[in-house]
Amino acid sequence: MPPLTTPKSGDALFASVERVQNAELFTLTYGAIVRQLLTDLEEVEEVNKQLDQMGYNIGTRLVDEFLAKSNVSNCADFKETADTIAKLGFKMFLGVTATVTNWDAEGTTCSFVLEDNPLVDFVELPDTCQGLQYCNVLSGVIRGALEMVSMKTEVTWVRDMLRGDDAYEMRVKLTKQVPEEYPYKDDD
Amino acid sequence: MISVGKTKQYANVLDKLLSRGRQEVSLSAFAFLFSEVVQYNQTQVDNIADLERRLEDAGYAVGARVLELLCHREKGNRRETQLLGILSFIHSTVWKVLFGKVADSLEKGTEHEDEYMISEKELLVNRFISVPKDMGAFNCGAFVAGIVRGVLDNAGFPAVVTAHFVPIEGQQRPRTTILIKFAEELLNSKGIYN
Repeated sequence: MPPLTTPKSGDALFASVERVQNAELFTLTYGAIVRQLLTDLEEVEEVNKQLDQMGYNIGTRLVDEFLAKSNVSNCADFKETADTIAKLGFKMFLGVTATVTNWDAEGTTCSFVLEDNPLVDFVELPDTCQGLQYCNVLSGVIRGALEMVSMKTEVTWVRDMLRGDDAYEMRVKLTKQVPEEYPYKDDD
Repeated sequence: MISVGKTKQYANVLDKLLSRGRQEVSLSAFAFLFSEVVQYNQTQVDNIADLERRLEDAGYAVGARVLELLCHREKGNRRETQLLGILSFIHSTVWKVLFGKVADSLEKGTEHEDEYMISEKELLVNRFISVPKDMGAFNCGAFVAGIVRGVLDNAGFPAVVTAHFVPIEGQQRPRTTILIKFAEELLNSKGIYN
């Protein structure tokens, strides 16, 4: 059955959602929480974990809004899913688009490449924080959101401009597709 | 070309052009993030006062940076030295950049010389938040109060800033008032009030 409505384009989607006038409040707020975590947890590894967990929590909630507003129905395969995230997901929430590249032969691993990243304006990693995955919240979001649509993934950062690379690259690996359970239980 | 070690390749953040602040993100992205900030901080405290204090601290860090950024970008590297000047800078410039609009009102306290209030009918951070009954007067506006304090403090006007809900008649949701109480030494120093 063809979908009832076609998905909106990324630009149309972004135009239809309410926006914060200025990404700086978002950027600075994110910076504030990273700094709080660094003070509280002391270990950079722990901070990475906590950021990923926060992203995961966000992802599990964010996917609902995404599905409700984007008119996207079931994606046929992981390739389509990745394209949807890159072209629509990133645009809708962050106002940027990602490119999907570096597919492996099985079509289960790919990379999202971001050139613009609204999280990192004004950010510089001091020498003491070189192990910090500053944008870990983003990989958490992807993981959380995909888990809600029955895909277990592992997300790792392979390039990071804060560490001197030329772009941000997230490697997403589909580890397991959870079959949907039937009958659906809606009301418990 | 010889590589000079990975950590030194990135451009220093101060060497980059100052962004013009035109980029936008969706309101939900901010709301989701802020909700995580509140939830995380909730796990770190055991009472409401501490939670508000932690949110305020987070806001303070934002405020300090906002002041620096906006002084460069909007005010040609000049900083306000007059009390009313800095208050209207917060009420209009800061609010506009952060929340997309000028604050609803800026008033001077009627009972105390050293008190000012910035009120907002629907503060951005309170928009998706409902405070459970058992959390009493907790107000996420503490984050914004922190931003205000960060701006004031770094501009040389130390103050105590708190956020309060003020019910308005005929409205279901109370408005949020940011109460600014300036430090005593400002009151005594001549010429700062005009």
